[in-house]
Parts: sequence; structure tokens; C-alpha cells
Amino acid sequence: MTALRNLAAIVEKEWRHYFGSPIAYVALFVWTMLFGIFFYFAFSYFLEYSMRTAQQAMQYGGGMRLSLNEVLIRPLLQNTAVVALFITPMLTMRLFAEEKRQGTIELLATSPLSDLEIVLGKFLAAAGLFLVMVLAGMVDLALIWRYAQSPPDWKPVLTGGLGVFLLGCSFIAMGTFVSTLTRNQIVAGILSFCLFLGMWTLGWAEDPMASPTMKAVAYLGVTTHLEDLVKGIVDLKDIVFYLSVIAFGIFLAHQSVESQRWRA
Amino acid sequence: MIEVESLTKRYGRATAVDGISFRVEKGEILGFLGPNGAGKTTTMRILTCYLPPTEGTARVAGYDVFTQPMEVKRRVGYLPETPPLYPDLTVRDYLTFCAKVKGVAPRDRRRRVDEAIERCRAGDVRTTLIAKLSKGYRQRVGLAQATLHNPEVLILDEPTAGLDPKQIIETRELIRSLGGTHTVILSTHILPEVSMTCGRVVIINKGRVVAEDSPQNLTRRLKGAGTLHLEVRGEEAGVYEALRTVPGVLTVRTRGRHDGVLTLEVEVEAGRDVRSELAWAVVTGGFGLLGLQQAGMSLEEIFLHLTTTESSDAPPAERQGGETR
Repeated sequence: MTALRNLAAIVEKEWRHYFGSPIAYVALFVWTMLFGIFFYFAFSYFLEYSMRTAQQAMQYGGGMRLSLNEVLIRPLLQNTAVVALFITPMLTMRLFAEEKRQGTIELLATSPLSDLEIVLGKFLAAAGLFLVMVLAGMVDLALIWRYAQSPPDWKPVLTGGLGVFLLGCSFIAMGTFVSTLTRNQIVAGILSFCLFLGMWTLGWAEDPMASPTMKAVAYLGVTTHLEDLVKGIVDLKDIVFYLSVIAFGIFLAHQSVESQRWRA
Repeated sequence: MIEVESLTKRYGRATAVDGISFRVEKGEILGFLGPNGAGKTTTMRILTCYLPPTEGTARVAGYDVFTQPMEVKRRVGYLPETPPLYPDLTVRDYLTFCAKVKGVAPRDRRRRVDEAIERCRAGDVRTTLIAKLSKGYRQRVGLAQATLHNPEVLILDEPTAGLDPKQIIETRELIRSLGGTHTVILSTHILPEVSMTCGRVVIINKGRVVAEDSPQNLTRRLKGAGTLHLEVRGEEAGVYEALRTVPGVLTVRTRGRHDGVLTLEVEVEAGRDVRSELAWAVVTGGFGLLGLQQAGMSLEEIFLHLTTTESSDAPPAERQGGETR
């Protein structure tokens, strides 16, 4: 009970920081704007492509119906994952670095809060803001339902959204850890971005012909596990992978906060 | 209420606090006096469970800071050297957050926040962003934060640093009014401050306790005199008589007797060096002088490093800094 109250207090405070400063607005603006641009281009491509297939159908007969899910929504969600890579360091870099610089970490550390409550509260606050961003992007997709003659399947949209959210949360958990390492926000931001990029590029090792070692490396890449979710396939191993990365990030952050008292 | 026993804190090879021990009774206001870098902040950080001690124990309100930190944290209000404020929150939002994390029950929250604002005279800024507050108001909000949950123990690190004289007087009155119901430890490097607020003073220097007394006694020892330790072979009454004839000697006391050798403590007027006269008096009286040593010098030296007047603020280079790392 107290633990929940403490978590809620920290989440609320972090949200006041996010929305009391330009961070939340810039993040939401950039996210929704890029989502809109990606949507526009994916949509234009879809139109052009379907026009062409229609022409071909007239000339040669037959032809097939293009799937909105495959041609429009799937690449769109995969693109937004790239935006998450750039934008999540912005959400996490200040979490601990700012408290250290301002000396307010002393307030948190001498209040009857456990270190885990502090870390979890901060993680949840950033994850919550990211959830709002993902949902705001989904508004564009709602337009498809409004205007499409044959609406797309909603389930892959939902699992894709979940995938993007889990990917973002994995970044946020690791970013929370990086933020505990320094009192300088910029350093935390740059280090986080480099770390996320590393987690991202591991997925490039994926190749059906690759050696078992490379397959294992590719398995650790954060994007590898997004592919199935975006297609609408919910595989337990993907969910477990993201949850493990999140738990690992929170664990590292907790260890780091705790050990700094001993080294101080 | 607070028991500190041979507390030691080392940072790598440097020893910040070196086996200090002291006690604070319930309702007492203890002044923690020492020059910059003496280990005041480190000791306070250990008492508030911010840092673990390297050795020794500290108990606050009956709970050990190392094994039961949650219980200690619930009962301690702490104002660090720089008030831990969030510049992007308003005073009220900030204090409401503090009330939440300090475990104030939801139904009492509003009342406690209002009381704390009232008590620290921050009423006119309650909806102001902390970033826009002056130094004096920041300090008040910091104090409000520390007293918010009505803690049994208050630990205040340099509560009057950087305030103007009027604010200093107000802050001292506030602290005095908190004594009796709260147990207070406050640190300072300003000598007159302790005599105005504290019932008892612990002086530390280089991580060690060098004196522990009431402010009155300490002031007397500061103004008064130096103390000399003598070891003399001879018969007591004769030695006393011989010593008392020396001009400048105030009192003579026997501290010990061992194989016909007397260990004497001689208090002399301030600023007079009567060592050669004393030696002469002993020798001409026909006694054997085995030792003559100036005592209490360390205390005087420390006093020299303390700020003895109100207005002179220490130059930036001398301010804490070294103590906090």
C-alpha cells in the first residue's frame, strides 16, 4: 500500500517535470509529426501501388487486393520504432542526472522510500509518457477506419502498437540506468543513445544463413522481436525478451543507485 | 534520542569522520560547531541514512541508522546544506510531494503543508515557482520541508548560511521554538550562532570531537585563559604556594599524584605566557620540575578558524566544497 502510494507520488512528480518543462511537448510534437509524415508517405505509396495494380488488373485481368495491413500499417509502425530510438533518450536522460545535479537526490534518499521505489517510479513515469505518445500516433491510424472501404484487420495494429511500446520501454529502462551514472544530462543522453543504437544494430546480424553465434547475437537485437508483433503474431518469446530487457535495465539502475551510496 | 558511538567515515584514503561519539537528549538543541571541512556534513549525512558509516554505530530515536534506516528516515527531518528543491515546481506542489514521500497520511496532507508554510513564514510565495524564489525563501521552504512531517529529530546543515541578518534572527527564533518538542542538531561554523540557539555544543575538527560543553563554558574557555600542565616532584601545599605567587596565575588544581610526582593544572590569564616564571618559581622553591606543557591549544586554534563575527562571510574558496565530496 505504502509502496504504491510512494510510486504514485514519484510518477506524479516526474510528470510535473515533464509537463512543466518543454520536454513532454517537444517529445509529443516530434513524435506525432514524424508519425504523420510517415503516415502520409506510406499512404501515398499505397495509393500509387494500388492504382498500378488496378491498371494491371484491367489490362491483364485477375489481379489481387492490396492489404492495408501489409502495405501501409506494417512499414509505418516499423518506421516509428526508429523515432523511438531517437526520442527515448530525451525522456530518460534527466531522470537521475538532474536529481544529482540539483542535490534533490538527497531529499529522495533521506525520505522513507526504498531505492527500488525511486527507480520504478521514474521508469513508470517515462514509460507512461511514452504510452501517451504511442496512443497519440495511433490517432492517424484511426483515420483509416473512418475512410477505408474495407477496413484493415485491427489485431495486427494492436500487437504492433504493443511491440513499439515494449521496444520503447526497453530503451527507457536502459536509459534510466544510464542516467544514474552521471550528474550531467547531456552525457546521459549521448551515452543512452549510443547504447540504444548498439541494442538496435545487433539485429542486423540476422540472416538465415548465419552461424549459430550470429543468430544468438541477432536474437539480442531489439528490432528482431518487433517483426512478428508488427505482423500480428504474438509469440511469447518476443514478449519475454522485452520484459527481460526492461527488468534488466531496472535491476542495473537499482544496483547503481544503491552502490553509489557506498562509493560516495 | 541520538547516540553516536565511535563513528568513522572514510572516503578512500581520506578520513572525513574519525571515531566521534556524542549523545543528544530528547528536546535538546545541539550545536555542531567546526571549521569548514571538519566533517560536520558527513556526520549529518550518516545520521540521516544518506551515507553508510565505515565503522561505529549511530542510533536515532532508538533505531540504528544502518540496520533500520526506514524507521530512522520516518523520524528525521533533514535540511541539507543546499535545500533540495525542484525549481520547476511551485512551493505548494513541492511540499505536497514531500508530504507524500515522507508518509504523511492523505487526510493530514493539506493541513501539514499549510502548517509548515505558516511556520516558516513562506505564506506569500505558496504558489510561486521555486526557481523564482530568493535565497532566503528557498531556505525557508527547505526548513518547511524538514519540519513537514513533524519529525522527532531535526538535522539542519548550516541553516543560516547565506541569509541576511534579519532572516538569520528569524531562523534562529524558529529553531529555538522547535526545541523542547523536537530534538535538533544544527551545524554551523559561526561561533555566536551556537550561543544564541544551542543548549550544548560539540566542536569537531578534522573529524574528531575536540570539545563538548555548554556555550557559556566554551565562551569562557575561549576568552579565558590558557591552561598549563605541570609535573612537579614535591609536597603539595608548598608547590601550591610557590605557584600562586607567580603573577597571572588564576587557579591551581591537582589532577593526579603518582610516586610523589604531582600532575597539576594551572589556569593562567589569557595572552600571558608565564611558563618561564612558573618554572623559575618551582625550581627556586626547591621542587623538581619534571614537565611543563601548554594544554588546550588545539581548541584555541580551532576557535581561530571559526568565524567569530556575524557579518564576515567566508570567502568562496573556503566554503564547504571539500567537505561534501
